[in-house]
Parts: sequence; structure tokens; C-alpha cells
Amino acid sequence: MAGIVEVKNLSKTFYNKDSEVNALKDINLSIEKGDIYGIIGMSGAGKSTLVRCLNFLERPTSGEVYIDGEALSGLSDKKLKEIRGSIAMIFQNFNLLNQVNIIDNVAFPLRIQKMNKAQARQKARELLKTVGLSEKEKNYPSQLSGGQKQRVAIARALANDPKILLCDEATSALDPRTTAQILELLKKINDEMGITIIVITHQMSVVQDICHKVAIIEDGRLAESGIVSDIFANPKSHAGKMLVIGEKDMEIPLLHEDRRIRIVFETNSSYEPVIANMVLHFKTPVNILRANTRNVEGTAMGDMILGLPEDKRMQEDMIAYLEEKKLVVSEVTEDV
Amino acid sequence: MFESFTAEVVSMIGKGIFETLYMTVISTFFGYIIGLPWGVALYVSSQKGLKPNAAIYGILSFIANVMRSIPFLILLILVMPFTLFIVGRTYGSTATIVPLTLSAAPLIARMVESSVSEVDAGVIEAAQSMGAGTWTLITSVLLVEGRVSLISGIVIMLGTVLGYSAMAGVVGGGGLGDIAIRYGYYRYQADIMIVTVVLLVALVMILQALGSKIAVAFDKRK
Repeated sequence: MAGIVEVKNLSKTFYNKDSEVNALKDINLSIEKGDIYGIIGMSGAGKSTLVRCLNFLERPTSGEVYIDGEALSGLSDKKLKEIRGSIAMIFQNFNLLNQVNIIDNVAFPLRIQKMNKAQARQKARELLKTVGLSEKEKNYPSQLSGGQKQRVAIARALANDPKILLCDEATSALDPRTTAQILELLKKINDEMGITIIVITHQMSVVQDICHKVAIIEDGRLAESGIVSDIFANPKSHAGKMLVIGEKDMEIPLLHEDRRIRIVFETNSSYEPVIANMVLHFKTPVNILRANTRNVEGTAMGDMILGLPEDKRMQEDMIAYLEEKKLVVSEVTEDV
Repeated sequence: MFESFTAEVVSMIGKGIFETLYMTVISTFFGYIIGLPWGVALYVSSQKGLKPNAAIYGILSFIANVMRSIPFLILLILVMPFTLFIVGRTYGSTATIVPLTLSAAPLIARMVESSVSEVDAGVIEAAQSMGAGTWTLITSVLLVEGRVSLISGIVIMLGTVLGYSAMAGVVGGGGLGDIAIRYGYYRYQADIMIVTVVLLVALVMILQALGSKIAVAFDKRK
């Protein structure tokens, strides 16, 4: 089944005076209707360019983007503008019109699509209610907090009843609490209106919070993609490991252990005190270097980094023991 | 020292103030009719603009540079045949509006270009992502978001054109500058010259103060 967004062999090269930058190389993605899809990567990985290729704010150098089955490169300027009306976008810096009050900011996309002023304001008012900012309609953006500005931007994005909402680092400028509120709002929009949401971020926590699927971009390439909980449990690519385990924790000094493993368990397996039982079973202690519980797609998932004892046989036995308990075990090495 | 301020002279100065304001405001107005679209076109066709076009930008930019480099007094004389064609004569304050407009327009174009290029690229991108075309971007984003800077530009232009209009006195252009030159320079009546110069200074200050107030009133960023 073809998704609402299909990206085929997409590449983007920027040509400077005497150099060229391959921002994106042969990206393939399929995003299903109604999904919340994360695109994650370190800064400079090319994810912002990728999202701009999805509505052709940047034209790909080669490859194709299909929105609802329609190939964007074949479209006339007029048709492209129409399609953009159905793909809304929110940004890290909100990008509201600073000289225009809140209600007219929200009405702006409707005015672009030639709706008359009274109707546009009427609809804008309803949208402000949806995002909980009805009392601010006469204010100007400078009078609002960051979270409120992003709410206005979301209301504005919803004005044209989009099929797709692109979020370009939409929570990166916000504090953790406001981030959680904005993500909650996005989830609600996805639930209630069925809008497909594409979230571009460098924060794994954002992806874990709301995304169902994720694509990891590294150096302009698609490093890996799939279901968030799978990738969280067992990241395969270098970029995936960096994002899931965290750059700092990858560099935990070796202490006395020469072998470290990461185990991941879900709520159902965490009833049993696996580590304690293992230590009792082998009568040998292991070092817990890090333990963490994270909320991935609404399920609590634990991850732990263990330092194993020196005895090689013992190491293998312990790994076998953990795998038998249905835990996902992976090696943590400095040079992943 | 005030013996030279007869009723006649006072009424002449009053008329001078009116003529100066008339030339300044009308010339700046026509200057913007030419310079505003010119400046917007410069920005739109520039490398970072909405529709980069090196050829169009090159031509518009070249004309602006050439016209700006011609000293006002020379331009005033150069365009006399054109002024004669438009107004029907080459002296008086109405005739002075023609060269004033022509010298103000390229400067206005540059100021407009700089004002609209200050508009946050992110806001422009947001509007583009909503499907806005070039015309909508100009009228609803560039001119609206850039309006504080544009208004400040108008104030600067009024002051500049007012200064130019005084120079037009050399060729009988009318206004306060004309009086200052005729009485102060040709007749050595320093008192009248000083009064007219003080009045010119006062006019510029009033325009500046008024303009700044308006610009602040229109600024919703704080």
C-alpha cells in the first residue's frame, strides 16, 4: 500500500561557487496516512532539507516525492501552491507575523487561499479555542510565551484543514514542560483529526514520546528506519546507537570491566527482578553502569548498561541467561 | 536686527514654509510611487530574493547607482527639458518637484530594498509553505513585517528631500531655500537667511519627531 507521503531515491545537492554539498543522498521513505512519523538526526544531518523537499520549498536534485500519489516534480506552480495548502508546517522559531495580531495570524493561510476576512476570522477563532488561546486573539506574538506562540502556529497550521503537518524542530526552543504540552497537543490533533504528522527533531525523547515510526538520518543518508520501539530496543546503525544510548553514555570509561552490554526490557518483563536473579544464579556480581526507564509510545521501557565480570565463559553464560529471559541484549563498544 | 521683518517679508516666509512642505511631501510621495516598486523589485530579483534574476537585478541596480551618483544640482539642470515637458516651465516649486522626485526615487529604492530584506526569512518561508505566491508575499509579508523600517525610511527621505528642495533655490525653485539664497547670499541680509535656516532645521526636527512617533505606534514587536 502506498503511503500518503512517498519519497523515492531523493537526493539534494547544493552547489556553491566552487564546491558542492550533498545534503541528501538517495533517501527512500514511506509514511502512512494517520501516522506520527519521526525524522531524527544530529544537526547538519540533512533532516531540515529533507522536510523542505516534502513540500518542495527545496526542489530535490533528483528523485521524487509523492503526496497522496501525486508526483510533485510534475506539478505547475499553481498546483504546487494548492498542494502546499494541504501540507501545513510549524517551525522551531514559530515564524509568526510579528506585526499582525494573533487572530489574523491564524487567519493568514485562509486569506492566502482567498477566503473572505469575516469567515477567515470566524474559523481562526474556533482554531484558537482548539489550542486553548481564545482570550489572546487581540494580542501580538511578542506578548506571548514560546509555548503560546507555538500553539498559535499550530492553530495557523490547522487552518486549511491539512492532510499532513510537518513539524521542523517545533519543540527545540521550548523548555521540557512546554515541550510535553505541545507534544500532547500534537498527539490530540493526530487522534481527533487524523492528520498525518511528520516530526523532525534531534531529540530522541520527542520521538519516543509521540512517534510510531522513525527514520534516522545521518550525513544525508537514511541510516535506518522502522517502528520506534524496535529501534529503541535494538538500534543497528551508528547514528541509531548514538541517539538511543546517548553520546555521553557510549563513552563510559571501562572501569574494571572489559565488556559492557545494554539490555532493554518492557513493562511485562520487568516484573521479575532479572538482574538480581542473575547475580544470585551465577553468584557473581555485575556492575550497573546506567539504568533508565523511558516512555516509548506509551509503554514504559527500561534500558540498562551492565559491566560484566572478566571471565569470558561467565560473560557468555550471562548473556545467554538474559536472552533466555527475552531481553534484548546488545554490545556497547566505544567504536560502534 | 528685526527691522527687516516687515509684514511683507513675514508673509513671504510663510509662503516659503508652505512651498517647502509642498515640494517635500509631493516629491517624496512621487518618489515612493517610483521607488517602492523599484526597491521591492530589487529585493525580489536579488540573489536571496523570492525570484532571483541576476539580469533584472543588475539593470535595476545599475540605474539606481547611476542616478544616485549625479549631484542634485546637476540633475536639476540635466532634466530641465523633461521638466518643461511635464510641468510647462522650469522654475517655481511645482517644477522643482520633477528633479526632486527623480533624485529621491533611486535612494528610496535602496532604502526599500534594505527594509524588506530585513524581514525574517523564516516568516517568508512559513508563508511560502502555506502556498503564498510572490504577490501575496510582497503585500502581506514584506510590506507588513517591514513597515517599521519602511516608515523610518520615509522620515529619512522627507528630511533628505527637504534638504534638496532648499538647493533648488539656486535656480528659483521657491521655498525657504530660495529665500535663504536670495536674501542671505545675494543681498547679504543675514537675519532673513538665519531665520529661514532655523525654520528649515525646525521643519526637519518636527518631521523626524512625528515620524518616529508613528513608527513606534506601528511597531507591534514590543
